Amino acid sequence: MSNIDVQATEISPTIIEEQKLYQSLGLSDDEYQLIKNEVLGRLPNYTEIGLFSGMWSEHCSYKNSKPVLKKFFSKGPRVVKGPGEGAGIIDIGDGQGVVFKAESHNHPSAVEPFQGATTGVGGILRDIFSMGARPIASLDSLRFGTPRTAADRYLISQVVAGIGAYGNSIGVPTVGGDIAFDDAYSQNPLVNVMCVGLMALDNIQVGAAAGVGNSIIYVGAKTGRDGINGASFASAQFDSEHENQRSAVQVGDPFTEKLVMEACLEISTNHADALIGMQDMGAAGLVSSSAEMGSKAGGNGMILNLDLVPQREANMTPFEMMLSESQERMLLCVKKGYEDEVLSVFAEYGVEAITIGHVTDDDHYQLLHQGNIVVDVPVDALASQAPVYYRQSKVPARIEQASTRQFVPNVASPTRVLRQMLAQLTIASKKSLYETYDSQVQTNTLVKPGSDAAVVRVRHYDKALAMTTDVNGRYLYLNPRIGGQIAVAEAARNIVASGGLPLGITDCLNFGNPEKPEQFYELDQAVQGMSEACETFATPVISGNVSLHNEFNDVPIYPTPMVGMVGLIQGLEHITTQDFKQAGDFVYVIGQTHNDFNGSEIQKMQTGKISGQLFDFDLENEFKMQNFVMQAIENNLLQSAHDVSEGGLIVAIAEATFGNHLGVNLVSELMVHQFFAETQSRFVVSVSPQDQLAFEHLLGEHATCLGQVADNDFLHVMAQDGEFKLSVSQALNIWEGALPCSLK
Amino acid sequence: MTVVKVFVNYKESILNPEAQAIQQALGRLGYENITQLKVGKTFELTFSDELTRAEIVQEVNEISDRMLANYNMENYTYEIIELEGMS
Amino acid sequence: MKFAILAFPASNCELDAYYAITDILCEEAALVSYDSDSLIDFDAVIVPGGFSYGDYLRSGAIARFAPIIPALREFANSGKPVIGICNGFQILTEAGLLPGALQKNTVAQFICRDQQLIVTNNQSPFSNLYDEGAIITLPIAHGDGNYYCDTQTLKSLEANNQIIFRYHNNPNGSVSDIAGITNQKGNVLGMMPHPERAVEKILGSDDGRQLFTSIINFIKTGEVAFHE
Repeated sequence: MSNIDVQATEISPTIIEEQKLYQSLGLSDDEYQLIKNEVLGRLPNYTEIGLFSGMWSEHCSYKNSKPVLKKFFSKGPRVVKGPGEGAGIIDIGDGQGVVFKAESHNHPSAVEPFQGATTGVGGILRDIFSMGARPIASLDSLRFGTPRTAADRYLISQVVAGIGAYGNSIGVPTVGGDIAFDDAYSQNPLVNVMCVGLMALDNIQVGAAAGVGNSIIYVGAKTGRDGINGASFASAQFDSEHENQRSAVQVGDPFTEKLVMEACLEISTNHADALIGMQDMGAAGLVSSSAEMGSKAGGNGMILNLDLVPQREANMTPFEMMLSESQERMLLCVKKGYEDEVLSVFAEYGVEAITIGHVTDDDHYQLLHQGNIVVDVPVDALASQAPVYYRQSKVPARIEQASTRQFVPNVASPTRVLRQMLAQLTIASKKSLYETYDSQVQTNTLVKPGSDAAVVRVRHYDKALAMTTDVNGRYLYLNPRIGGQIAVAEAARNIVASGGLPLGITDCLNFGNPEKPEQFYELDQAVQGMSEACETFATPVISGNVSLHNEFNDVPIYPTPMVGMVGLIQGLEHITTQDFKQAGDFVYVIGQTHNDFNGSEIQKMQTGKISGQLFDFDLENEFKMQNFVMQAIENNLLQSAHDVSEGGLIVAIAEATFGNHLGVNLVSELMVHQFFAETQSRFVVSVSPQDQLAFEHLLGEHATCLGQVADNDFLHVMAQDGEFKLSVSQALNIWEGALPCSLK
Repeated sequence: MTVVKVFVNYKESILNPEAQAIQQALGRLGYENITQLKVGKTFELTFSDELTRAEIVQEVNEISDRMLANYNMENYTYEIIELEGMS
Repeated sequence: MKFAILAFPASNCELDAYYAITDILCEEAALVSYDSDSLIDFDAVIVPGGFSYGDYLRSGAIARFAPIIPALREFANSGKPVIGICNGFQILTEAGLLPGALQKNTVAQFICRDQQLIVTNNQSPFSNLYDEGAIITLPIAHGDGNYYCDTQTLKSLEANNQIIFRYHNNPNGSVSDIAGITNQKGNVLGMMPHPERAVEKILGSDDGRQLFTSIINFIKTGEVAFHE
């Protein structure tokens, strides 16, 4: 390697080695030795160490999770692009692709909830439009502790406000998501954002920089000192003694992003010939976008002149410029000779853009600063040769020693327990939060937030996309493998209930520290379970994100692999919602109910904790029930369909009465407490009298008729040993009032 | 060099929900002696030495009237700070 | 007949309006950039919703200095219909084409929901196909929709029948429940609710359709007289 000039003011390579300064940047002794001895054959300087710390962080390199992620089922005839690119793409016919990905912004949101959330939304939008797709919807999966203090309420309201501020402003509707509350998340909230985009398949962009002499163009906001080394920050864990670590906060600017987005889409649509690759400057900013682009192209290096990088602050060092995570920035590789064409498009949109370097014919990644080469490393070493760790796995004692006995709830006064259940924050309506999101802009949202899945039409075609996010961390806490299966199954159930065919998933794997064997076990098992479910439902994993080290003072969150699923609805007449439609329709439950209470909302409500072995779950049976519902919808036999999940059958029934304010009069063989069981693979559906025969013929023994929808205000359910009797208005008041009340 | 700080605030008659929310939140935290809280905007304009003080005053009034404040609901004040030896 | 739909940097409802006019009402429409300077050849102008210039400073405060504004002023002065929706309403008040101003909602939050409105004046170019007193449902989606004007202005709005829509259960604290007003001449309407989001039953409501057909009716027949 060539000689490297180091600025006099910078910490010398010898001091970095002697004082092990690399450790504070998140690199281990072994990793440092690897860089020094194998990669460079010399002492790395301060900037180089910075680049490696960013690129070899878990966030960029997946060094701890790679062996696990390989297990994911990711193939399918519709998959156009699987994991690896910014976002995955699935073919939805008519030459169109749906693009989606999810990303976590847990740590930034814990530090500065408003900006953490806005920049989470901004980042995932860039991942979508950098593929050449127009973002058409976003969803948010949020986990908080139970709000008790003013600080808890502040955190929740600020995260929600941040999501709204960015999404509303940029004009991408926030159509759905899920929110749950459990004290497992009180010091480590989860903020996962999913974005869905639509594109013409002949416009695919990839983040690669092939071709010697091609130009590297910097686009968007100026680079400042915000969020420096956020990637290694995101991969470290919090404890109360190190609160000052919490300093890597960036500020989102949806206005600039909107202009950058429109200009980038204009280029990928109308100037595709000029464009080689396009990538978001996300985690580890300029270094990760450029090194990944160079490495993906294969065999090429690049040189960047840092003096040309637009800077917001004076005297920024190469380290700061390369690792800054200032928002709303993109990196493009443009064919030599086409620079002016591309730059003029950005100028038209009022977006700053400038050529800062070019692709070279060797494999060196070089940075020029004030006339000196300040970095010279092999490009692949940064982007694709981070060490891979095979972590130890150990079954946690709580799982090994879990009682096989199922919890038995006390439902002596059924109506009172139901009222209490409807007020549980995880069960209660989230309307007061999602009403602050613009869910309708772009005028394609056919099913708005609040139903099983949101439905967004594909304009000018007789088809729509159903989308949802799901996961119940409590199930995974009791059994990560089955819990992982259930997370995918519930997402698929939501898609199917809305009339869609599940197409594929994205994920955010939110886990604790993988270096602890018990926590690695959770990750490994969860991924295995998810993958098994994905294979059963033929829903490949096409993109995703890993967020490890979610712990506070050594206590991890529940293992929470958020599943974001998209489904295709062919024929808008097949869109189905959860609300009962008309008095006189027959109400059925599809699927069997068992005494499944461990991990349930009622166990938490009545005992204050989750314990015991998780109940059984049969993927094949789940798939079979989903297929029944799909067929019933295809044959136009269902007036409504709602999946049964947290809170059990009685909650699903109550929710179905709310939308059109219709009562029900039902009788069941079940015991009252079984109405709170969380047995999977069940749906509550309603069928009009004229379709009853055909429906019963199709479903056979798998559907049980409970009674009829009534044109009154009563939720009346007779069970074998008691009855639920409550006015729909009262139930609705409790259900809608609980969350605003606890956030006041 | 001259720096002008322009302060834009709501007129007395206008309810500012943001200020109200902050005041209530402070009350909940135990700061109960605050009788009024205002939230406004500050703009800091740095002028080159090309203009006289009178010209600066005129320009600041014009900018504030045209853009910085909405006369329907806001008013503004400003202070002029002369910085010496910095130009 | 042809609608101009203005597009400012970070407008975000311009395509929604475009599709409402072209796909649903089957009339011509064109997007007109903020930096163009002419509205010749158009019969009506829509100033759409969004967050022009990020809503920085105040909603609409920067957009009103855009190059297209003089042409818009001229168009409005000529008596042809102009409708500002949401951010468009904010821009029209900032530009002085409509009285008053839009402040933060009293709940200090963005609100997106279906909202009932009362048609208080059906003698305008924008409401002539509604029944007077009709209750219609249009979506709202705004953070700064709280209409404010002083008492004197309110009196003259009422005296001139310039209030076209009022909220049924005021969501944002607007003076006198105002959801939409016209200028004195009656040819410039500003409203916070989104009629372009309610032109198809499948979207939840098609109550917004009549607003556009009212404009078309007005232009084609000239039937609604101005309140000179």
